[in-house]
Amino acid sequence: MIVEKVENYLKRIQDKKHLNAFLEVFSEESIQRANQLEKKIHNGESVGKLCGTVVAVKDNIAIKDKKLTCGSKILENFTSLYNATVIEKLLAEDAIIIGKTNLDEFAMGSSNENSAFGIVKNPYDEKRVPGGSSGGSAVAVASEMCDVALGSDTGGSIRQPAAFCGVYGLKPTYGRVSRFGLVAFASSFDCIGLIARDSISLAKTLNVISGYDLKDSTSSNQKVPEYDSIIQNLPKDNITFGVPVEFFNDGLQSDIKNKIFEIIEFLKSNSFQILEISLPHIKYSIADYYLLTTAEASSNLSRYDGVKYGSRIELPQSIKDLYTQTRDEYFGNEVKRRIMLGTFVLSAGYYDAYYLKAQKVRRLIQNDFIDAFNKVDFIISPTTPTTAFKIGEKTDNPLSMYLSDIYTTSANLAGLPAINIPIGFDSNKLPIGMQLMANFFKEDLLLQMSYFIENNFNKNKLGN
Amino acid sequence: MRFEAVIGLEIHAQLLTESKLFCGCSTKFGNPPNTNICPVCMGHPGVLPILNKKAVEFTIRMGLATSCTINKYSIFARKNYFYPDLPKGYQISQYELPLCSNGYLEIEHQNQRKKIRINRIHLEEDAGKSIHDQGNFTLLDFNRCGVPLIEIVTAPDIQTPEEAGIFLSEIRQIVKYLGICDGNMEEGSLRCDANVSIREAGSNILGTKTEVKNMNSIKNVVDALKYEIERQIEIVSSGGRIIQQTLLWNADKQIIEPMRTKEESHDYRYFPEPDLPIVEVNEEWLNVIRENLPELPSIRKERMKSQYNIPDYDIEILTTEKEFADYFEETAKFTDDYKSISNWFMTEILKILNEQKISIKEFPIKPEYLGELIKLINNQTISGKIAKEVFNEMLVEPGSPSEIIKEKNLIQISDEKIIEEIVQKVIESNQKQVQQYLEGKDKVFAHFVGQVMRETKGKANPSLVNKILKEKLDNLRK
Repeated sequence: MIVEKVENYLKRIQDKKHLNAFLEVFSEESIQRANQLEKKIHNGESVGKLCGTVVAVKDNIAIKDKKLTCGSKILENFTSLYNATVIEKLLAEDAIIIGKTNLDEFAMGSSNENSAFGIVKNPYDEKRVPGGSSGGSAVAVASEMCDVALGSDTGGSIRQPAAFCGVYGLKPTYGRVSRFGLVAFASSFDCIGLIARDSISLAKTLNVISGYDLKDSTSSNQKVPEYDSIIQNLPKDNITFGVPVEFFNDGLQSDIKNKIFEIIEFLKSNSFQILEISLPHIKYSIADYYLLTTAEASSNLSRYDGVKYGSRIELPQSIKDLYTQTRDEYFGNEVKRRIMLGTFVLSAGYYDAYYLKAQKVRRLIQNDFIDAFNKVDFIISPTTPTTAFKIGEKTDNPLSMYLSDIYTTSANLAGLPAINIPIGFDSNKLPIGMQLMANFFKEDLLLQMSYFIENNFNKNKLGN
Repeated sequence: MRFEAVIGLEIHAQLLTESKLFCGCSTKFGNPPNTNICPVCMGHPGVLPILNKKAVEFTIRMGLATSCTINKYSIFARKNYFYPDLPKGYQISQYELPLCSNGYLEIEHQNQRKKIRINRIHLEEDAGKSIHDQGNFTLLDFNRCGVPLIEIVTAPDIQTPEEAGIFLSEIRQIVKYLGICDGNMEEGSLRCDANVSIREAGSNILGTKTEVKNMNSIKNVVDALKYEIERQIEIVSSGGRIIQQTLLWNADKQIIEPMRTKEESHDYRYFPEPDLPIVEVNEEWLNVIRENLPELPSIRKERMKSQYNIPDYDIEILTTEKEFADYFEETAKFTDDYKSISNWFMTEILKILNEQKISIKEFPIKPEYLGELIKLINNQTISGKIAKEVFNEMLVEPGSPSEIIKEKNLIQISDEKIIEEIVQKVIESNQKQVQQYLEGKDKVFAHFVGQVMRETKGKANPSLVNKILKEKLDNLRK
């Protein structure tokens, strides 16, 4: 049974190879593991909570003895010496890891076009992007190549591709899931999260990967609820949705806007309260996000210098040449752009004006949310301003690309949990996603509401 | 014009923790290159630092010992720069809000006490080691990478190379007393850089400073500062201007050389380390550390002075190293003749430590046996001369002095009858000298003592010999 499922997934991966969702597939190992698990069940041995769940892992999460490329030439031949904490936890609960998925280089991008190992195609329209940076993971889930995929979300990298590919994507609260083994892009923003075809799969897997980790000092020791067993216990009384006025402006595609209004009506008809709210500093979120994440990234990516591991230029003339030529040759343009921007932001004479100010704005944005969650339980918004755009459409205009994250970055600035729920399709039959945000560590509430909408609103069958 | 120097020191002390600052790797010195390493200290993709609590405690100890404010909240910061022995491309250090700030240390120089202010003490990780001059290659050893360091930064309160030397040796003494650093400057566990400038004596204006590095002994620090101050005075006196730069002391040539300017124009782009939460030192923990703080040199000196009643000079010598004082006090458990312990220590023991270039920890005679030896002298079982013999014996054949004395039959002859007999014999067989003595040549007295000692192989109780000889000879004079 498990073996059959794995074989089917492997066949899908093979058949849809042109989507380029995977960078590496562990065919033999996953079948072998499936066999072992079946034998375990057959022998009546106890099995883990995720026994037989097939998981795809974004290739910026470390698996021992496997390549860890981060979609970058600079780590093209790098093999990890250790397992990320999430991988340890998945394996301990008998999950099967089927392969590593494609991504924007070092998770920097919103279209997966920044991967050094080829673009990923949207299964709904192969001329379109799947979103990014966890594009490979979203496509793997949407195209039924696995049950669940691990992604990482620094400013929307799970939710945005989940929206473009019509699947569920959860970014947990900062600190909910250990970052140990997640290759850092912007340390105070990065979160490991999940993509799946239904809410219950998210809940089951989140149960396993959450919790305090000694190896990550920024992980939280907040108790982990049994997300999957309480997913149907949505408290129906006194639930209020906040609708931020700032999120429904001109840049929003009308199909999406209409769909969100439609769901607001549905929520009202189910006796949920709807409240218009304001997040006065939210307009600064994209700028703030790019100042702070690039600053952290410029430092986080310094270690890729060709000295200890990873790619290195041949025969450099000096140590300076080794650094500059290696980094020039093996980093992609978007990564270079962000390293330069971040280096500038932290430079003497600019630090106060940019980095420090941006930190203050981050606090103001956080405070906006804290105020809002004193009044409401959820904040509802679109996940993206448009549905999946065409490959190449925005590659020449980084700014318009950055605006794809306009609804998602604020959750990372504040550290809040947020989820993408697929709620239908636009006129081009492209998936539309809505985003729900909740207060810190309210993943249980997010999953309960997602489950409710999934089973009561969304009649559209997902997948191809 | 008369000049005065303005000197500030930056002292790095490697902490004696078992493991590194942010990972579980050993800090042991001298292991084969690149064996004390792991993905965390090698900066592999995806790793995160975990703070070593012991290192924080050690830093706080130093802060308490130098009257610093221990900040309730402190933060780590990234110091960004590229260098091959810095695997992450940044060093995790502290910038704003260090663990300790605003302390001081009092030093004594030419009978004057002087406060040297300490601006800050922060905690950071060490880098690896680059080994240059290997043909076309530079070799890298990352064993040291991630070892915890504290950096002690003084205010520019030091005015002479001698003061700098005294301050540094006090710091060295304190870190050793606190058990937080071995203080070894040659191996680099304790390093000192100096910021130096000169100005017209009495002026309040600070001149352009230079930074002097690579001084790996206290003597080097004094020599290098003397040299640098002279150099600056010469330049300014001849109408020149001091250039702000980093200089290296070359101890072999006894000169100062400029460091290549390229390597110093750094913008470190400090920012708060996002991988580590704010460090909180609560009152409870601080009290535990305070209560368990090892005795500091100054306090120990005072205590030992009143407890043992020996001269200040002796106390100074005995407390220069914590281990000296430990040896003294351990010995004092076995005899209350403290002055004798001190005498043995300052003459015999220090001589041997110097000759054999060993530390007191490697010294073969146990405090217990030294105590016993002193007791044996004082109860007249052996003479001081024999004691020296026993002492030398114990250096090669570690054993208790009583056993050695028994084994070698060295017990002192204190039986007056026996001594009288021998004295009588000596007088009879040295008539010529007796005659001289009777004629008033008191000097020959020593000859008789020597003869008695020879007869008894040095075992005769010297004061008894003196007494009996004098009686007998003076009787003859009558």
